[in-house]
Amino acid sequence: MIPYLLCFLLFLTGLYGVLTRKNIIKIIIGLCIMEYSLYIFLAMTGYIEGGSAPIIDPSKPAGLVVDPLPQAFVLTAIVIGLATTALLLAIAIRLYKKYKTFDIDRINTLKG
Amino acid sequence: MDSLVPLFLIIPLGIAFIIPLAWRFIQGFYRYLPAAGMLAMVVMAFNMLFSLQGESIEYMVGGWQPVDNIPIGISLIADPLSLMMLIVVNMIGLMAGLFSIPYIDKYTGENYYYSLFSLMVAGMNGVVLTGDLFNMFVFLEVSVIASYALVAFGSSRDELEASFKYQVLGGIASMLILFSLAMTYWYTGTLNIADVSLVLRSDTGSNTTLFIQLFMIAGFGLKAAMIPFHAWLPDAHSSAPSPVSAMLSGVLIKAIGVYAILRLFFSMFEMSVEMGWVITSIGALSMVLGVILAIGQWDMKRLLAYHSISQMGYVMTASGIAMVVTASGGDPGVAALALAGGLFHMFNHAFFKGLLFLNAGALEYSTGTRNLKELGGLQDLMPVTSLTNLGASLSISGIPPFNGFFSKLIIIIAAVKGKFYFLALLAVIVSIITLASFMKVQRYAFLDRLKSPKLAKVKEVPFLMTLPMIVMAIMCLAMSLMIIPGIRDTFLMDAVNTLLSKIS
Repeated sequence: MIPYLLCFLLFLTGLYGVLTRKNIIKIIIGLCIMEYSLYIFLAMTGYIEGGSAPIIDPSKPAGLVVDPLPQAFVLTAIVIGLATTALLLAIAIRLYKKYKTFDIDRINTLKG
Repeated sequence: MDSLVPLFLIIPLGIAFIIPLAWRFIQGFYRYLPAAGMLAMVVMAFNMLFSLQGESIEYMVGGWQPVDNIPIGISLIADPLSLMMLIVVNMIGLMAGLFSIPYIDKYTGENYYYSLFSLMVAGMNGVVLTGDLFNMFVFLEVSVIASYALVAFGSSRDELEASFKYQVLGGIASMLILFSLAMTYWYTGTLNIADVSLVLRSDTGSNTTLFIQLFMIAGFGLKAAMIPFHAWLPDAHSSAPSPVSAMLSGVLIKAIGVYAILRLFFSMFEMSVEMGWVITSIGALSMVLGVILAIGQWDMKRLLAYHSISQMGYVMTASGIAMVVTASGGDPGVAALALAGGLFHMFNHAFFKGLLFLNAGALEYSTGTRNLKELGGLQDLMPVTSLTNLGASLSISGIPPFNGFFSKLIIIIAAVKGKFYFLALLAVIVSIITLASFMKVQRYAFLDRLKSPKLAKVKEVPFLMTLPMIVMAIMCLAMSLMIIPGIRDTFLMDAVNTLLSKIS
């Protein structure tokens, strides 16, 4: 149970960062932390108590192995997360060039 | 026929990767390539729709056939509903692609624009076709990442800010969706939509299912910009280049938002009265608040963006009614009617809202502004834009004989038949406010007198921009024909039956 709670705590930490920070870079870091907590959760869904790595070895009989599918999902999700983070940071750099600040309270031309 | 299904992904993905590699060598070909590819896909989708006659085909990617009836690979499913969505997505893509050719001329890095544009269409085609939840998530991310970049394409202050907002909220939505997928996998042990529905059939109303459903509503609701989750839409849709706005408002919020909700809640989960009411109330809320927020806007594209929220509210309300009626064991005829109205309105909305955004783009292209207070008297100077805008305005506010009238009529009749009198009343009132709001657009932009001498030299936009507008205006009229029984069965009722009859 404790790993799940810690994972949830990590998610809340990220959410807190996204909601309360004013600095664009800190918001992006908050989003990343939320993503990581999800990756951990996804990997944990495939874990089986006492399972070993899912490698087929003809010389040894198949014992208890963990589910390999969520691991493949996590890898895919990490690649997608990389793309979104890279794009967010690129936009953050362009925003800084236009506004000369990272403060979201001062980047507010769009309203309503 | 089977082996044609993956072409809907191969063509746009191929175009998206050929353009950055080969744009140096052949001058200017990349301008026409996405439009040509989408024309081919529209023809293919029509062909499949007519030859399948209401059947559906399943294509196993990589040839991984199911073992003991347990799917081990990713499947692509082409059924009447997904084929109709493909036709709409690619048709709007074709029109917006043609419109982009003169419009994007002023930007630098045109080749990247067309590449991202194809990537967005590839993502939407993937979401529409796929039969696997995780694959749906991947394609959804492909299309939204492309759309984040396209919103920021002009890289002016507004566009960057809108894109940042869109990305943060879109990122949170993706996480909610991924979390609900992880929960689904943990609970059912599979991610194939048909397989999950078989597993979930035995348990109705367990707390875990409810938990997953709420997360999915929140995630896909954020992508579809339903009212409590709508904050990003007016900024993103009004700041993007106009053909991109037409794509975002016309098809993106439908393909990755509303379509996904329909697919998952009708075909995958067991329908429950509670979730039906959640969807209905979200829809009714969006319908009313969207139009109230829209009426005070003076920026034409921002006004249109708020109307998108309101019109998607109609679709959600109608599908919610269908779900409540089905789950509470009511008359299946009413449920089918409500869902038919919802889907019909969704297809119609793609055309008239796409057209309105193209009109706003044409105004911006010719006059350099989209503030309604600065425009006026353009009727004689821009006759094509003015006429097509009138057609689309009448269509969105539900005036016969335009398509919007018939879809709204079906929704209202279904609401009355199902004894949802309050929702029917709301739908009528919202329709009237919509009419008022679009009369404002028409009067301030096109009627009235010329406000400034600058505007006297305004010319009609080039042929490649007027052509898509005229075609879409004709489509707005022609889609009314979908109400005629013989045509209705092929285009609409097959799609409705796909959702209402479960995969057995």
